Amino acid sequence: MGLFVLRRLGVMLLTALALTFVVFYLTNLQPNLEKLARTEGSVRMTDEAVQAWIEQNGHSGSVFARYGQWLGVVPGWTYTDEKGDTRGRCFAIGQDPATAPRFCGLFQGNWGFSTFFKKPVAASLGEKLAATGWLMLAVMLVMVPTSLFLGVLSGMREGSVIDRTLSTFSIASTATPEYVSGVILVALLATAATGISPILADYGLLEPNKTLFLASATSAMDDITFWNFTLPVMTIALYGIGYIARMTRASMTEVMTQQYIRTARLKGVPFRTVVMRHALRNALIAPFTVIMLQFPWLLNGVVIVESLFNYKGFGWTLVQAASNNDIPLLLACSVVAVVVVLLTQLISDIGYVFLNPRIRLA
Amino acid sequence: MTAPASDQPWDPSKPILEIEHLSISFFTRLREIPAVMDFSCTVMPGEAMGLVGESGCGKSTVALAVMRELGKTGRIVSGSMKFKGRDLALMNDEELRHIRGSEIAMIYQEPMASLNPAMKIGAQLAEVPMLHSGMSKDEAWKLARQIVADVRLPDPDRIVNAYPHQLSGGQQQRIVIAMALMAKPALLILDEPTTALDVTVEAGIVDLVKELGKKYGTSMLFISHNLGLIMDVCDRICVMYSGEAVETGNVTEVFDKMRHPYTQALFRSIPLPGADKNARPLISIPGNFPLPHERPRGCNFGPRCDYFEKGRCDEADVPMSQVPGDDRHESRCLRWQEIDWDAPPAKREVKEKARIGEVVLKMEDLRKYYSVSTGAFGGGASKVVKANETLSFEAREGETLAIVGESGCGKSTFAKVLMGLETATSGSIMLFDENVQSTPIQKRNTDTVSQVQMVFQNPFDTLNPSMTVGRQIIRALEVFRYGASDEERKNRMLELLDLVKLPRSFADRMPRQLSGGQKQRVGIARAFAGGAKIVVADEPVSALDVSVQAAVTDLLMDIQRENRTTLLFISHDLSIVRYLSDRVMVMYLGHVVEMGTTDQVFSPPYHPYTEALLSAVPIADTRVIRKRIVLEGDIPSAMNPPTGCPFQTRCRWKSQVSPAGLCDREVPPVQVLEGGHQIKCHLSPEVLATMEPVIQIAAE
Repeated sequence: MGLFVLRRLGVMLLTALALTFVVFYLTNLQPNLEKLARTEGSVRMTDEAVQAWIEQNGHSGSVFARYGQWLGVVPGWTYTDEKGDTRGRCFAIGQDPATAPRFCGLFQGNWGFSTFFKKPVAASLGEKLAATGWLMLAVMLVMVPTSLFLGVLSGMREGSVIDRTLSTFSIASTATPEYVSGVILVALLATAATGISPILADYGLLEPNKTLFLASATSAMDDITFWNFTLPVMTIALYGIGYIARMTRASMTEVMTQQYIRTARLKGVPFRTVVMRHALRNALIAPFTVIMLQFPWLLNGVVIVESLFNYKGFGWTLVQAASNNDIPLLLACSVVAVVVVLLTQLISDIGYVFLNPRIRLA
Repeated sequence: MTAPASDQPWDPSKPILEIEHLSISFFTRLREIPAVMDFSCTVMPGEAMGLVGESGCGKSTVALAVMRELGKTGRIVSGSMKFKGRDLALMNDEELRHIRGSEIAMIYQEPMASLNPAMKIGAQLAEVPMLHSGMSKDEAWKLARQIVADVRLPDPDRIVNAYPHQLSGGQQQRIVIAMALMAKPALLILDEPTTALDVTVEAGIVDLVKELGKKYGTSMLFISHNLGLIMDVCDRICVMYSGEAVETGNVTEVFDKMRHPYTQALFRSIPLPGADKNARPLISIPGNFPLPHERPRGCNFGPRCDYFEKGRCDEADVPMSQVPGDDRHESRCLRWQEIDWDAPPAKREVKEKARIGEVVLKMEDLRKYYSVSTGAFGGGASKVVKANETLSFEAREGETLAIVGESGCGKSTFAKVLMGLETATSGSIMLFDENVQSTPIQKRNTDTVSQVQMVFQNPFDTLNPSMTVGRQIIRALEVFRYGASDEERKNRMLELLDLVKLPRSFADRMPRQLSGGQKQRVGIARAFAGGAKIVVADEPVSALDVSVQAAVTDLLMDIQRENRTTLLFISHDLSIVRYLSDRVMVMYLGHVVEMGTTDQVFSPPYHPYTEALLSAVPIADTRVIRKRIVLEGDIPSAMNPPTGCPFQTRCRWKSQVSPAGLCDREVPPVQVLEGGHQIKCHLSPEVLATMEPVIQIAAE
């Protein structure tokens, strides 16, 4: 077990290196750097001036060397201009270069300086990740039990009315992308003009001009309430519920046709117990992998939902970083994404072994 | 029908199970498919009833109907099934649930599939008494442990805490039996309980079932396609054909004085001792099993029956009629009183013995080792599995060499090495004059590949389902670079269809339109497409029904006679091996333990393993007296073979070897006895000479 995890961690590290290099290379292409120079320097810079800015700010030279600097395995760049002022990666302007460390990259805990937020990446990303963490937690808490329940319910009697109804619901919900379901939910539940809220207000169940839910989740950054958090959570969860419920249903129907289920039935086990004790654990083996795969996918979902509900989390940050050409922030986002993906994969593989006594990993 | 009085106590002198005129149909969107028609049978307390028939005859449907487990599409159309006087067909779900598992229990064909893979053995066993008699969990586990010991499994404490996949097939089947016995049921239904197991394991299970049946006074409904097994276990038999019971009665009476043409044909198509491929070949049943919706008018067996009389047998449904004088012996035949049952079969043709020629294949000291790793997460020590150990033999042109052994003995590995699908670890394989030992199949030239071909065990999986039969054979011809034009290949393909006795029109059929036996014929045609000189037949008939087995074996023999092919016949079925092979090689855990001509191997002196193997095979002949030698335990794992002689852990002759302990230390040398008969055993020739024959045919 220990050896397996160690080996997997090694492979993960290599994968992470390869993936971050790809992102680094793409974000550091020449046109990007020129754009950066113009936003940081002046929009009306000449081409020569742009070149000079790129060189003076450590963006020239081989891409490998720059990647190394970002990682912190190659000494950070320094540049001394004609006035004798020295600038460098590892120290602020005005600081004495002699006192600065030679290496300052990811490995030293230096994630770079966000050009958009004008503060260190680590600090700005940290609070955003925490915000997204709460969102993901809420989504998982809603999505996993609901979808498993629906999946098991529809899978235990294939072709029954329950099965068909729930399957229709799952297919519809998983076929609706977040930017559609989000808009529908807002229109339905969160405007004072249309949907349910004015009707409820008419009956006196809701104060006039108040809505059932809040269409903006910005206030949830400080204080999460049922009122401001339901819509973003439901928007992400709806898609996942349909998806996981479909997987669980498929796996459940297959398990219910297995011979050991017949054995259990012919032992005289009541149907409820057959489902709960004999079928459930076997049926959960396949959806477990899918659920773990939902974590990286949630990162995707939050990009749309956070923008839609103006919730300033990881997804919102990613969008801001990309649209403002904030290279260090983009890179940091990619590191987070890569780590989340690889870690959930590892957990899913290990969990699989515990769920399924027959599996041996090699 | 009157409502059963469920509270009335049941009289033990009455039948425990009484099925009367039961008809079951499956309903599809297209039509109603009758699976069982007018089936009646009675099982008395303590009696074992055998249901025999080929696949699709409805025997499993009857068993499941007794359990009322027919799925959504199956329905009981008419008739009644009385269990202890109460009609099962009228019970509601709640009543059924109380009967299932506590009064009627079932044992299934595939033990691995019938145990829950994610539940501990103990939990699965303990569930039964907890459900039916409200036992506490601790007590139920204690009982489970005791029953596990009852079914003679070693180390019950470990086993109740194990998962099913940690046990061997034989042990799993014992667990299924234990589960059935947890509530001490009155009726036990066994659906082909040993079909998935090896013969020596099967013998152990059969003994256990018989013993437990006596101990608990349980009645049994024993379903099997194996007549020998039925004779071993059952008191009464019911032969089924195409959804109907055709003959029923006392086992000895049905076996000795059969009164239905199908029963007779069945017995003539199985290789009993005395059958011989040249002098007394088997007689296969002509034609095919009718599909449920294509059954003929009148007698279902009519179109395949030798005694068929037009205008009489195909007129109306045939009722069961009593055979007077016998013990409840009935036959569903109109003509049973007119047929001379003792007349020898008419069209038995005597065939010429094939001449045996030059050596074409020679293996010397062949070894094949695999290395595997252990441990749940890939770590752990890596181990060497010795799949084949010092294999030496030669095969001659026109000869049939049988390779016999149970699963895990290395016979399939040997076939793979010969075919070039794997390369040997050491040793040499001389094919004609060429050493092919380390040449994988990709590097062999077309000639070599087409000369060594294989017929596979399962014809259902080895034909491409989306290609016509003709196309598949032509494809083989193309691969072997046969012929110059498509026209030539097409002609050759038609000739091959003739060779395997399939109508030429079959060339345009898809594999799914063919029956199992027909598919296997296509497989044979494909193997012989390139004029194969050596054909490895890996259990070619074990997936087929008995009546078809005879036809396919005969076909192989005919082609061999014509083409002077060398046939390496891999099988675990000793009856068929004795019938068709010239020489036999017995393998155990990668070692060849005995080799010689068929007569030498099947008569003493034996290798102790061969002796046990022979005694384990059930023979459907009441005249045969068989010595019972039941091997203890399972075949050791090839990952962890015993030291010294591979068979020493289960050998009953071990004590007769001097000096004592020799078997634990050294792998025995090969002793060459009279006539080139080889035995790998430490027993001295004097001890070997004292061995008695396992099978004897009583004087008539």
